[in-house]
Amino acid sequence: MLACLIVLIALVALPMSGDLHAMDVTVEIMILALFALSLNTLIGYSGNVSFGHAAYFAIGGYTNAILLTTYHVPLLIAMPVAILFAMVASMFVAWFCTRLTDIYFAMLTLAFSMLVWAILFKWREMTNGDDGFVGIAMPAFLDDRVPLYYFTLAVVTASIGLLWLICHSAFGKVLVAVRENRTRAGFVGVDTRRMRWTAFVIAGTFGGIAGSLYALFKSGMYVENAFWTQSAQALIMTLLGGMYSFFGPAIGAATLHLLEILTNRYTEYWPTVLGGILLVILLFLPDGMVGLAQKIQSRFSRNGGAN
Amino acid sequence: MQGLEMLSNPTFFVIQLLNSISMGMNYFIIAAGLSLIFGVLRVINFSHGAFFMFGAYTCYTVSEAWGFGFWPGVIAAGIFLAAISVFLERTLFRFLYDKEHLMQLLLTFAIVLIMGDVAKVLWGTDQYSVSYPAALTGAWNLGVTYYPSYRLVLCGIGPVILLGVWYFTERTRWGRLTKAATQDREMLAALGINVPVIYTSVFLIGSALAGIGGALAAPTNSPVPGMDVFIIVECFVIVIIGGLGSLWGSFLGALIFGVVYNFGSVIFPNGQDVFAYLLLLVVLLIRPWGLFGKPEQA
Repeated sequence: MLACLIVLIALVALPMSGDLHAMDVTVEIMILALFALSLNTLIGYSGNVSFGHAAYFAIGGYTNAILLTTYHVPLLIAMPVAILFAMVASMFVAWFCTRLTDIYFAMLTLAFSMLVWAILFKWREMTNGDDGFVGIAMPAFLDDRVPLYYFTLAVVTASIGLLWLICHSAFGKVLVAVRENRTRAGFVGVDTRRMRWTAFVIAGTFGGIAGSLYALFKSGMYVENAFWTQSAQALIMTLLGGMYSFFGPAIGAATLHLLEILTNRYTEYWPTVLGGILLVILLFLPDGMVGLAQKIQSRFSRNGGAN
Repeated sequence: MQGLEMLSNPTFFVIQLLNSISMGMNYFIIAAGLSLIFGVLRVINFSHGAFFMFGAYTCYTVSEAWGFGFWPGVIAAGIFLAAISVFLERTLFRFLYDKEHLMQLLLTFAIVLIMGDVAKVLWGTDQYSVSYPAALTGAWNLGVTYYPSYRLVLCGIGPVILLGVWYFTERTRWGRLTKAATQDREMLAALGINVPVIYTSVFLIGSALAGIGGALAAPTNSPVPGMDVFIIVECFVIVIIGGLGSLWGSFLGALIFGVVYNFGSVIFPNGQDVFAYLLLLVVLLIRPWGLFGKPEQA
């Protein structure tokens, strides 16, 4: 709790430094953190591995971008509509996907996200295809970096706060029960499919929020944002941070993004570095950085007790 | 619809049908490997697409750069990918057979990332062209139309591979052992069978099929960076339509995929990708476990 407050104060204070580059990096990290956290509602809390989370990110982003630019809709309407679109899409997809579990679930989410990708790619008149939808008509009050920074900070903080409440409510506890033992949760009267459906919709909606912010930040959206490799990136962030802790994925997102910037300074082979990191986590750190920190902490406290 | 009128021309229709079958057969060879690996090892292998890409590049190097000709290039691609897969299986995959699916998925994704960069180092970012094998550069007269002979041969290679894989999995001792390994690995080991060797062999054969499939695709799809991440989702579509782990399912799935892709692009130009995924959704609505798949155990 204290750590969260310190991070928040640091984030509020950052623009005072006037370092524009640091601000840009931070905005992107905040968006990615929200994206990873939204995915974790589905994975960490309900145990369903989605391989197509980028779809909702892209739907939120593209809808926001198209409404703002093509239809000149004000942001205060465009962004809620964009989030609503992501939510409705995830409701629809979740209905199909929750009929299946495990690998079949993962494959079906992947297929749906690729359908979204294919539509964005081929619907040139609307999305500008693989050239990307660039040059968003930004609302006047966000037409500078500092307001955009605070806007992103406010929306991300509010969203993460909401997610925290959801995950720590009775509903969140039931989700964990479903993750741990679906059959047993069913026996005590939990409608497991409905629970998984709800978790899916929450994940998709917040993924849409992250996407609509991303469109504002990049002033554009690209078909790559919907491609399955993007969904895999979000999974890696979640896993790197630690998927069984609430803030783990956010830490993973920040670490990964900073590492990417650092690596790109020295070499073009970031994918290899990412692959290497992934191998290390999979083989040696299955609970991610948060899990590692807890292990170290418990070792120290045990030693302290012995002395 | 202009496309529908064109299809009423029998010559055009036959050409589209042959395009569908030859494309489907090429995809089947790759998807069969993916399905085989899934059926026995229960691993969803994203790196299968990278193996496909390596197969295409290897074929280019052996047949064009070194000048050994096309068929040696295909064989070399199969052998090279078999070797790579044995190395990966021995060093990485075997640690994850007991882990969750998420771990396995991401492990194969790590290999995709690394192999993509390795391909850039080895072959650069150029697009290469691989010429048709010397005897198959022309077209054969089929009565109604002329059709490229190489693609006709592809239509024949698919069923040969289908029968080969079917024979090995259904009619040999090795095939029975792989089935037993899916059912109860510990029991099989207790009976004195070396289960890790069985796993390695399945992985080897599946990956060799990806390499051969890549090599056979090289004359029609020029090897280029990034081809790996596209082919893999298309192969997933095929194996899910057919039913994960089912050989006949992949065969039928690949044919359907070829037909939908080719005829779809005639009727709605540029819509072929959307069609492939829509097709998948329709199948999953009616049969969530694919056409030949079995319902999963709860």
